[in-house]
Amino acid sequence: MINRTPLLFLNVIIIATCGLIYELLAATVSSYVLGDSITQFSLVIGIYLSAMGVGSWLSGFLDKDLAKRFVEIEIAVAIFGGFSAPLLFLTFASVSYFSIILYAVVFVIGALVGLEIPLLIRILKDELDFKKLIARVLALDYVGALLASLMFPIFLVPKLGLTRTSLVFGLLNAGVGLWGTWLLEDLIKKRDVNILRIKGAVVVVLLLIGFIKADALTSLAEDSLFVDNIIYTKTSPYQRIVVTKGKTGYALFLNGNLQFNSFDEYRYHEALVHPAMLAAGGSPKRILVLGGGDGLAVREILKYPSVETVTLVDLDPEMTALAQKFPPLAQLTNNSLADPRVSVTNADAFVWLDSSDAQPFDAAIVDFPDPNNFALGKLYTTRFYNLLKQKLAPGAAVVIQCTSPLIARNSYWSIIKTLEASGFNVKPYQTTVPSFGIWGYALAKLEPFEIPKQVPKNIDLKFLNDETIASMFEFSSDTTFPTDHEIEINRLDNQALVRYYEAEWRRFE
Amino acid sequence: MTFTRRDILKSFLGLPLALAACRSNVSEISFDGEIVGANANLGHILREQRVFEVPENNWENIGVAIIGGGAAGLTAAWKFRKQGFDDFLLLELENRIGGTSASGSSNGFSYPWGAHYLPIPFKENAELISLLREMDLTEGFDESGEIVIKEQFRIREPEERIFYKGRWYDGLYLHTGETPEDVRQLAEFQKQLDLWVDWRDAKGRRAFVLPVANCSDDPAVTALDKISFGDWLREKGLTSERLLWYCDYACRDDYGLKLETTSAWAGLFYFCSRVPKSGVESQSFMTFPEGNGKFINYLAGTASDKIRKGQIAVEIIPTETGVDVICFNSETKEIRGIHARKAIFAAPVFTANYLIRDFKQNPPAHIREFEHNAWFVANLFLKDRPKSQFSRDFPLAWDNVLYESPSLGYVVSTHQTGIDYGGSVFTYYYPMTEKDGRAKLLSLDWKELSDICLTDLSRAHPNIRELTTRIDIMRWGHAMISPRTNFLWSGVREKAREPFRNIHFAHSDLSGIALFEEAFFHGLRAANEIFQRL
Repeated sequence: MINRTPLLFLNVIIIATCGLIYELLAATVSSYVLGDSITQFSLVIGIYLSAMGVGSWLSGFLDKDLAKRFVEIEIAVAIFGGFSAPLLFLTFASVSYFSIILYAVVFVIGALVGLEIPLLIRILKDELDFKKLIARVLALDYVGALLASLMFPIFLVPKLGLTRTSLVFGLLNAGVGLWGTWLLEDLIKKRDVNILRIKGAVVVVLLLIGFIKADALTSLAEDSLFVDNIIYTKTSPYQRIVVTKGKTGYALFLNGNLQFNSFDEYRYHEALVHPAMLAAGGSPKRILVLGGGDGLAVREILKYPSVETVTLVDLDPEMTALAQKFPPLAQLTNNSLADPRVSVTNADAFVWLDSSDAQPFDAAIVDFPDPNNFALGKLYTTRFYNLLKQKLAPGAAVVIQCTSPLIARNSYWSIIKTLEASGFNVKPYQTTVPSFGIWGYALAKLEPFEIPKQVPKNIDLKFLNDETIASMFEFSSDTTFPTDHEIEINRLDNQALVRYYEAEWRRFE
Repeated sequence: MTFTRRDILKSFLGLPLALAACRSNVSEISFDGEIVGANANLGHILREQRVFEVPENNWENIGVAIIGGGAAGLTAAWKFRKQGFDDFLLLELENRIGGTSASGSSNGFSYPWGAHYLPIPFKENAELISLLREMDLTEGFDESGEIVIKEQFRIREPEERIFYKGRWYDGLYLHTGETPEDVRQLAEFQKQLDLWVDWRDAKGRRAFVLPVANCSDDPAVTALDKISFGDWLREKGLTSERLLWYCDYACRDDYGLKLETTSAWAGLFYFCSRVPKSGVESQSFMTFPEGNGKFINYLAGTASDKIRKGQIAVEIIPTETGVDVICFNSETKEIRGIHARKAIFAAPVFTANYLIRDFKQNPPAHIREFEHNAWFVANLFLKDRPKSQFSRDFPLAWDNVLYESPSLGYVVSTHQTGIDYGGSVFTYYYPMTEKDGRAKLLSLDWKELSDICLTDLSRAHPNIRELTTRIDIMRWGHAMISPRTNFLWSGVREKAREPFRNIHFAHSDLSGIALFEEAFFHGLRAANEIFQRL
């Protein structure tokens, strides 16, 4: 028989690496989805280490069939560790007791990993003297940990993503278990060997299926599309929702288009909401929000004590649910969608405006994704703005997000012209949102009106002040109305805007 | 003789698709549906030459009896009402009105069963514009005095897309992969059209305009009726495959005929009659979820108390003082008689030989010249819309055409509503362009026709069977008048529209072109003829 000791030491490295990877995965996932990474890392490490202690202590109760037990534990770690990241991603958005599941998973993996090393030491104790054994096993254990901590941020997360990393290390664990059935064959009862091998093979197959199915969660192509890590994906009947987490914060993408980044979204949303609230007289009561299912515009609206009702109409129930159930987003919105003043309706705003019998509103915040398809293009037409007009109280103000006047200059001014053609007085304005670039809006009223000059007092603002609000209504020469060619009005029967937008943004693809 | 599934699919869709469909063996149908309307049996009662005796006390007197509740008959009824004339009745043999402009609705969806759009009329078509204004479809006039249709009724972009070799492209003419010669020929074709668009005769009349009655009868134009559209294209040196396809599609779409059987006059009429002047786009369309059912329902609403459905006029007997109409109630089997002073015969022209007593005994030769082709129309109820196969595919449009298919593709009933997600109803059109089309169509049942429709659409939408929850099918035995060569300007139309004793004729057949504008024109004309003589 060959000397199996060196091979068993290789197992120690693999086991140690896997163990630390699972710990890092759990800590990363929890800090992504629950926010507050210091707390999450600290808690996960604490629970994991103490669970390892529990595992080591439990190893004292195992007396017989140590080799068989060892293989069984490997297979169990492979299952729990391998499926840990996909399980956490799948459950966090759908259950309210997510943190219980998270810590339970961490504890189970920790305990199983804690069983591994003591058992291995006891298996090896007959082949090496105790002094050398302890020295080598522990040394290799720590080397494995170093390996994991280097690979995790440098290679695994950027290249494989969290889900695939988890599954790959599950496969490694299962591999160690299966390998053990040969290495330790003489220590395992004959009939048990085959049963263990079948169990191991089943787990390998399950993990492989998981690896293939991981594409349903996030495809490798999609992973590489986003700079930051994908922490949430959902394909609703209307769009693909992706949330990423990176150094700067959380970012929401709809169909691959950035909707906000948490580090500078306040600039976008303050600029969107407050000018309209001011133009509506400063103390509007009934507010309509079309689009804006992320709840961030509503957060700004609720800063006004005058607001009595906010009606939010967003197409996608998955989006409005995410804003309420996804802890980082709920936190970012101050739980705005759960506010009793807010009512959420999931409908196509075009159809809703045509059929709703809602009373007129004092202000309307129109925050749709950019008009990059015909279904969205209809939300920027004269027909749409004419429908919207019928839902406005006297003196009401409307604001519309209008894409970038720098990148999509024709698109921007086409929206402005369309609003004017629908009978609105329009004040175009723009601001800088670092993650978007120069961004354009339209402030509009049916009555003639003056540009708001002063930000509201007693409203907590991070971005807007009297100077910025005035400067937003100035346009630099590269963003002004193009005078060298006609700009078409966007109507249902020409969808001119979608064609402008396509042509202008395609240059950047 | 029985036909296999493969025989049927081959005959309707061609052999390659039939073979592919039979290999994949997906003929099981898990959804519901039925053949609706256009009851061929009812129509055939007329041909049996049965004798219908009206009971003595079952006669009534009326001023005018309108026979036929399609667009022409309903227009006449609308005109009567508008003029304050109430002494009329309209008899429709089906249980639904509208003829080939009929529509249906269920589960919150409305959808057409036939005609489904109307080009915005020129200002000269004042009567039609007055209808549109009355229906509140308009929002004033533009600077040149043309009517402006409200935005929500103008066809919403994207209007059309075409499926070719696995991909969807923008528009109806297939631009992708065209050669410089294709481009040149398309430009040459456009030049030829422009010549006719700007052409005026000595009296200042256009060559092609709606209604047909206002078209020039100058021999330079009418000579075009003697050759087929295919011959005309070849005469001009136009042989580009995609251009010929485009013209052939136009013929199938508007006339249910192929390029080689359509008169060149009719082919050019299609391309020129809606273009105000050369260099300007063709008039935009207006459309509705229920298609031209919108007009039908409105017209019928103005005279609903005068409309009797399920009433088959089985015999029309001109008398010294008026017209006697014998009706058979398809449900109660009751036979009634109507003594009318005048009648408007607003049914397809060919039926006159089965209904008007004098014609039965002595059929006028010109009536036999009015030939119709058969169609089938399927309404597919979908639980969701088919997804794009490729991200660069042009998205779902109003009209979705398959280049490689003999069908006309489908229109999307929800397009105009702005409901862009979830369930929808697709209306699929298949014209029977061959001579024996009608017999072939009537020999097939619901299941076989559903299979044809789904197999055809599965070219572009592989999962169409899973998305479909119901298919209803209308078999139109006599869908459209056929403007084949040597028909339109042979003089038969003029003969057929001459009143016969106290019977006046009104139907789009009399224009030789199955369009709402033509039916509307003849409905008004017949109503006005009667006003002059009452």
